[in-house]
Amino acid sequence: MHYRTPLSRVRGLGSAKKGTSHWWMQRVTAVALIPLSFFAIGLLDLSFNAPYAETVKWLSSPLHSTIIIAWILAVFYHAALGLQVVIEDYVAAEAAKIIAVWSVNLVFFLLAVAAVLAVLRIISSVG
Amino acid sequence: MATNNNRPISPHLQAYKLPLTGIISITHRMTGVLLSIGLVAFVYIVSAVAGGANDYADMKAFMNVWIIKLIYWGFVYALFFHLCHGVRHLIWDTGRSFETKTLNSYALIELVASVTLTLATLV
Repeated sequence: MHYRTPLSRVRGLGSAKKGTSHWWMQRVTAVALIPLSFFAIGLLDLSFNAPYAETVKWLSSPLHSTIIIAWILAVFYHAALGLQVVIEDYVAAEAAKIIAVWSVNLVFFLLAVAAVLAVLRIISSVG
Repeated sequence: MATNNNRPISPHLQAYKLPLTGIISITHRMTGVLLSIGLVAFVYIVSAVAGGANDYADMKAFMNVWIIKLIYWGFVYALFFHLCHGVRHLIWDTGRSFETKTLNSYALIELVASVTLTLATLV
């Protein structure tokens, strides 16, 4: 028995019209985060131990600021995708589920913007 | 329609002893949630760096309070645990290593790797 039309099979997007993109982006960001996270840990280590000037110098170098902004974009996206799955698994009521997922997405989007802007302020303070 | 109440049910968490893979699996999820919460702290830290030398000094003093330091060490371990088990998820995604024997030996490898990476970072 085939309940799906040939067209829907070709499109491969399923009932949510998103196909595998959620699952796929979770993996893409995961792979990106493997090397990037070591730099994030490096930045935290500097921030807790090094003098102000040294941390600013490290973070404002073109290579490090690129890597840290890439990490920020990947990690907040990855976190929002992951929390969505957790919410969908444990929150049964439809309205609460939708509100929770939207809130998580909104909060993590705003946090990502705040973090990127902070890095940009650090770069511009060096001049 | 008659309902059969005697159908198989999924193992109940309070009655069923989770295998090692199961414990690691739920830990992966818990560390993911905790790390997500930790990202809020990252925004605070990077904002303090952007705020100038005074904000930086305040943040540094706060992050060096012993209890905060302990939480940070937990954060680093959670990160490496999540990273190591995440790599295994990527291997599973290719359809490999689902045999009971590899499940357990990979579990040990990732536990050792996550502890080693944490110690290498913090010590």
